[in-house]
Amino acid sequence: MTVSQTSFGSHEPVLEIKDLTVKYRGDTRSTTAVDRVSFSIGVGEIFGLAGESGCGKSTIANAIMRLLRDPAEISGGSIRFGGRDVLSMGSEELRRFRWQDVAMVFQSAMNSLNPVMTIGDQIVDIYTTHAGYSRKESLRRAAELLELVRIDPARLKSYPHQLSGGMRQRAVIAMAVALKPSLLILDEPTTALDVVVQQEILAQIKELQHELGFSVLFITHDMSLMVELSHRMAVMYGGRIVETARAKHIHTAPQHPYTQALMGAFPPLTGPRVPLTGLPDGVKFSNIADLREVSPGHFVSPLPVLQGAQP
Amino acid sequence: MSTNNPAPEAPVQESSVQMPPARKVPAKQIPALEVRGLVKDFHSGGLFSRASVRALGGVDLTIGKGQIVALVGESGSGKSTLARCVARLEKPTAGQILVNGINVLKRDRFQASKEYRSQLQMVFQDPFGSLNPVHRVEHFLTRSLTLHGKAGTADELRIRLDQLMTTVGLTPDMLNSYPHELSGGQRQRVAIARALAVEPDVILADEPTSMLDVSVRIGILNLMRQLRDRQGISMLYITHDLASARYLADRIAVMFAGEVVEEGESLDVLANPAHPYTRLLVSAVPDPARTGSYDPADRAALRAAVMESASCVFDGDRQQRCSVTEPVRHLVGNAANRHWVRCHLYRPTAAAAGHALSSDPSASIAADGSLTESKASA
Ligand SMILES: Nc1ncnc2c1ncn2[C@@H]1O[C@H](COP(=O)(O)OP(=O)(O)OP(=O)(O)O)[C@@H](O)[C@H]1O
Ligand SMILES: Nc1ncnc2c1ncn2[C@@H]1O[C@H](COP(=O)(O)OP(=O)(O)OP(=O)(O)O)[C@@H](O)[C@H]1O
Ligand SMILES: [Mg+2]
Ligand SMILES: [Mg+2]
Repeated sequence: MTVSQTSFGSHEPVLEIKDLTVKYRGDTRSTTAVDRVSFSIGVGEIFGLAGESGCGKSTIANAIMRLLRDPAEISGGSIRFGGRDVLSMGSEELRRFRWQDVAMVFQSAMNSLNPVMTIGDQIVDIYTTHAGYSRKESLRRAAELLELVRIDPARLKSYPHQLSGGMRQRAVIAMAVALKPSLLILDEPTTALDVVVQQEILAQIKELQHELGFSVLFITHDMSLMVELSHRMAVMYGGRIVETARAKHIHTAPQHPYTQALMGAFPPLTGPRVPLTGLPDGVKFSNIADLREVSPGHFVSPLPVLQGAQP
Repeated sequence: MSTNNPAPEAPVQESSVQMPPARKVPAKQIPALEVRGLVKDFHSGGLFSRASVRALGGVDLTIGKGQIVALVGESGSGKSTLARCVARLEKPTAGQILVNGINVLKRDRFQASKEYRSQLQMVFQDPFGSLNPVHRVEHFLTRSLTLHGKAGTADELRIRLDQLMTTVGLTPDMLNSYPHELSGGQRQRVAIARALAVEPDVILADEPTSMLDVSVRIGILNLMRQLRDRQGISMLYITHDLASARYLADRIAVMFAGEVVEEGESLDVLANPAHPYTRLLVSAVPDPARTGSYDPADRAALRAAVMESASCVFDGDRQQRCSVTEPVRHLVGNAANRHWVRCHLYRPTAAAAGHALSSDPSASIAADGSLTESKASA
């Protein structure tokens, strides 16, 4: 086998994914949602994962958290966290892993709150169960946490449905950083937020990240945001990584046509309105080849024309 | 490119030559949707508490026939509440809603009639919550079609279903999928297809593209524009993505703390934002060219300008007098753009629902004994 979808850790990786393959098995058809994907995230690094909607980003996130259920099946590859094999962890180890080592803000964050519990009780729960604080101490920390994401602590008494979409999303982010994990997975964490709050939350995450040194796997469709925040990033299409490099490089010199379409599809904020098309109709990529290094640290999947030249 | 100080642009008519110019609504034409003085108070606190929060503090908004209006603004400022009130999912506390000139709160006193639902459809903010997990995609679309008499014969229905799926960029074989088998973006497209099935006059789309990758997002935006151009559908497009609002909408309305504080022709509003909140918003749009330029001090200054109402740029203007007690509107720039900003000296009497910018939550903490106590010990 060739060195497939290689990634590069600039320093010691906290997370290492190799040749990860995930399938959803159906009665009639089965989908390969993630296909031999490899990447690693260094300590304190912010790694962005972008790509088509439906290309498997959330599936990767769920695989890391070991949250995939039937009919999903990890049919190949490995996931290592701090040298430990995530895929072979026992239930007790997994429980600690999920809260203290890795925390995830789900794409459906707005919905992941318990509708019949107040926000306050839900945060207090995290502290009492996983950190062993007293109720009073937990409540104090819960108020602090809400302030961190700029929600009035009086909202501790609110039920999720009483908050706006953005407020719920902020509450969930607050809960994720509650236990100061070493890897934070953010799956579309700010889609429901206005850009002012979004910028502030990301500045807070960045600040916290700087302070506590955790790493971030950042999934978003907002390319500007991703480029602004991430150190390195990967672009996925149809379950495969088509390009990975420093975020700046992907922004200034995207190589793969899909990456180019992504980078060219956001409308400008100034100047005349010009019609944009995104990916031209009918353009699909298939048989995406393994990555090749085109310049130091910049890996691209060669296009079909070049594929023939490959052994 | 600096989004902090957008360069002054050429007059709108000239700069948009490459796309059909924004439609001008003749003065006499009845708007597709008109909202007047809409107020919504939510009960808050415990079961026995009488406290309430004001989510909408008297909103006026007009969408002309075949017009697309983007509603942007602070998260929690009441955008979804406005849309939910208009869709009759929420009962407004006060105000009027007119669709094609008819006061719908009077006509259908208690709930939206079927007729109303075939005039006006809503695409919800949250595609995960709005699709019942026990049904296949086919069910949602078929139901919409049948309910509004658009299903036809079995063969026609099949063709309609396939068309709808293709229109939103999904493959017809996904009709057999359950919502949990779809990605976020795929679900969002199903929700759009469901609204389209009814062929309504007005679509209220609450962040319909927030979970789509940019290249698909552009496709959906182009689709919305096409629906407007070809079928004359009027739209309210709620979004946090200012660039897409500018791309799609004829006009942009900016909400802050339960009120519309600025509105006007899209390009003009973003090029010459007049309200401090609009300026703050425009300055925060992510821009890769500006990495790491987030400056807490700058932010705090802008924020302070939004929160304090000490000055209004129109203060002293003899043509457009300011008011502390009335929400007067000042006309900004060229009258053709009908770009107005609410006087910044105006202070609403009722406090709006707590919003993200208020950095001093002390008032509400004081009302809460336990928190005051724990604060003190902190
Ligand atoms: N339970 C399931 N059964 C069958 N197929 C599934 C299931 N869950 C996901 N899929 C499919 O797997 C693919 C990847 O889904 P995933 O949610 O990982 O995409 P994504 O990259 O996160 O997309 P988005 O950006 O839209 O959230 C999609 O094509 C989806 O239809
Ligand atoms: N059912 C409810 N009960 C009590 N308060 C509510 C309810 N629904 C909304 N609110 C409050 O009304 C205000 C406006 O909420 P809304 O969801 O309309 O905001 P939004 O502008 O759509 O925000 P976002 O951009 O975050 O979606 C918020 O302060 C929210 O907490
Ligand atoms: Mg996803
Ligand atoms: Mg909303």
